[in-house]
Amino acid sequence: MAQTIKIKNGLNIKLIGEARKEICSIETEHFAVKPTDFIGVLPRLLVNEGDIVKAGTPLFTDKYRENIIFTSPVSGVIEQVCRGEKRLLEEIRIKASAEIVSENFGVDDPRVTDRSAIIDKLLKSGTWPVIRQRPYSTIANPDDTPKAVYVSGFDTAPLAPDNTFIISQNPADFQVGIDVLARLSGKPVQLGVQAGETQFPELDNVVVTRYAGPHPAGNVGIQIHKTNPINKGEIVWIVNPQDVIIIGRLFSRGVLDTSVIISFCGSEVISPAYYKTRKGVSVSAFAHGNVKGGPLRFISGNVLTGARIKPDGYLGFYHSQFTMIPEGNYHEFFGWALPGLNKFSFSKSFFSLLTPNRKYRLNTNYNGGERAYVITGMYEKVFPMDIYPMQLIKACLAGNIELMEKLGIYEVDEEDFALVEFIDTSKTEIQQIIRNGLDLIRKEMS
Amino acid sequence: MKALRNYLDKIKPHFREGGKFEKLHSTFDAFETFLFVPDKTTVKGSHIRDAIDMKRTMSVVIVAMLPALFFGIWNTGYQHFLSTGQQAGFWQIIGYGLQKVIPIVAVSYIAGLGVEFVFAQIRKHEVNEGYLVSGMLIPLVMPVDIPLWMVAVASIFAVIIGKEVFGGTGMNVFNPALLARAFIFFAYPAKITGDTIWIGGLSKGQGVVDGFSGATPLSKAAAGAIEQIPSLHDLFFGFIPGSIGETSKLAILIGALILIITGIGSWRIMLSGLLGGISISLIFNAFAANSYMTLSPLTQMLMGSFLFGMVYMATDPVTAAQTNRGKWIYGFLAGFFAIMIRVFNPAYPEGTMLAILLMNAFAPLIDHFVVEANIRKRLKRSATVVKS
Repeated sequence: MAQTIKIKNGLNIKLIGEARKEICSIETEHFAVKPTDFIGVLPRLLVNEGDIVKAGTPLFTDKYRENIIFTSPVSGVIEQVCRGEKRLLEEIRIKASAEIVSENFGVDDPRVTDRSAIIDKLLKSGTWPVIRQRPYSTIANPDDTPKAVYVSGFDTAPLAPDNTFIISQNPADFQVGIDVLARLSGKPVQLGVQAGETQFPELDNVVVTRYAGPHPAGNVGIQIHKTNPINKGEIVWIVNPQDVIIIGRLFSRGVLDTSVIISFCGSEVISPAYYKTRKGVSVSAFAHGNVKGGPLRFISGNVLTGARIKPDGYLGFYHSQFTMIPEGNYHEFFGWALPGLNKFSFSKSFFSLLTPNRKYRLNTNYNGGERAYVITGMYEKVFPMDIYPMQLIKACLAGNIELMEKLGIYEVDEEDFALVEFIDTSKTEIQQIIRNGLDLIRKEMS
Repeated sequence: MKALRNYLDKIKPHFREGGKFEKLHSTFDAFETFLFVPDKTTVKGSHIRDAIDMKRTMSVVIVAMLPALFFGIWNTGYQHFLSTGQQAGFWQIIGYGLQKVIPIVAVSYIAGLGVEFVFAQIRKHEVNEGYLVSGMLIPLVMPVDIPLWMVAVASIFAVIIGKEVFGGTGMNVFNPALLARAFIFFAYPAKITGDTIWIGGLSKGQGVVDGFSGATPLSKAAAGAIEQIPSLHDLFFGFIPGSIGETSKLAILIGALILIITGIGSWRIMLSGLLGGISISLIFNAFAANSYMTLSPLTQMLMGSFLFGMVYMATDPVTAAQTNRGKWIYGFLAGFFAIMIRVFNPAYPEGTMLAILLMNAFAPLIDHFVVEANIRKRLKRSATVVKS
């Protein structure tokens, strides 16, 4: 019987534009890998524009850790290498061929293969970067042995895709992927499943823990904190569920097949749905004829933690949804004083508190100016960890590493503070503050 | 609205750096954002943000104070006509109340906000909304016959010494409104204690009816005349002399309800403050060494500014304890000391102000111990991992 953990503090932000449970297909040849998706990676480019690549052909490596290779998600031609300020490598765009061909990595049974051979295969195929470590959310170090591997089987973020629905399309490959991950830590994989979820497939080699409660119950960081919190010096590895399937296919079929099911959602999408595509796909084909007018914010990922992309931007490496919401670049007359029947607030200070089940069309306006930290006791209501969020934020602002460690910086990630940032009355950039704190420690430790 | 927006956009460049009215930048900004929520959109982090901002938060607190203010205005008139023995209609009572109370509110806002605007400009940040609350609290804790210049001096003192020297809003140790009251209390004690100052016109000796005393229930209690304390009914509804906003417990409870429902005031502090006050009252009852100590907890709660302090002052998020566990301790001790000072110290008829200021000073220490406990738990956990 799986243990069920109740999470009380949190908030489900109900937005308009949930994807309907139907998997559509989409025709597009535009894909890209974005080196900026990977924290702390300094890319060394291995290809030139015009090169022909297969799925699994190396595109670049990390100058700090040359054994970590990033490969093409599709076969085709390197269309363009985009660089930004100071020649920062931003995107490697690939024009996909009609038929996707992969490099051959060979079929292996992870239950009998050596751990080192498994790691080599993951590294060589460019699948390794799907394995990240906590703390820091950097790509895992192949030389480490983690104390556990965690997979969160559900996502509670606003409009997040239904992972049970996605995994049940491919339970066999998911199982193989789990077997691979279990070999890496030498222990069964820690799998988080939403309480009350009955459709989730039965699996071997896992320890299932069920979680009940609002967002961020689906955040892997919360699940680690509740079951096996990270102490200083300890490492936990995390993998997204769809990436487990990609690992599974690598071993069961010997190819890099980066097929994923993503949701195209948000209030500004005319017909939100699930789509079968591949990693690194461009949003342009999805948005073509399927978004409403007006200034729009294109987001790879969810509205709380996703990345802003251009209308021809690409899916982030760790993302499985595109969200379209309206921009909020307008002045609202006495907006703060209105009764606010249509304003969403966690605080219950608007009359929208009378309609708790309403779904909202929220835009990108800050809804106020930046202020000093005045309000206390609010952050804790959406932060289900045994950590004092305000104190930790202030320690990060002060750059006090010793205090950050004492207050539990190793147990958190910026995404765990996304709701705190959302409800913050002082309108500060809390996720960035936490990221800066984590970066400071990472550099100090290396 | 559109015309107003266009006008603001037209004059905005003058207030930017290098413009004609550069020195009024913060002032312009304060008025512009008062009229219009800015059009600033998110750049990084969460793409959407909660509808609440500091203006909304502070205006909710002001709304929560309005019942106390309205009752204070009425009671000012009511007590005045009671003292002169004149018959007066409702509007006459309100008229007199407005005439006495509005100038105090106006002076408090003008003096305090003036200082805030200057400091915002010097520090080059936006004007914080915190003083909108302090500026309303100050009049509510003043006796109605207070000279206006004293309100101005106290407000300026509160903002400069109470807030700005510590680094501005969010950094202050003491509640500014309480500091303003404490300032008058120690600098001009004659104007804030005594029996004549609580009723409009009484300190000037305007026509008092025979046998009328302007003494508050607290000073009667302190004098040992507990049989003269008004009925619980009068204490609860507030038909008694006292500071402008403190008399009606009903109005304060309505305010408390607004603060608790919206989640803006801490129910933990209010409840634990009440528990603290009740505990010490019960302890006093057990000893009952003098007549004051025999008063029931209910009477103690309904007298003076105890409830006002616990609902509006002790809950100030900046100067209260910041951790939830700390709030319980902080509130309890504030309530506990408020009644203790009131009963034991003959020099101070009311203890709420001093108790809250005392606990303001101790709030960081309380938080320190609460957070330390969390840190120790974490260290212990990692120590057991190392051993095993």
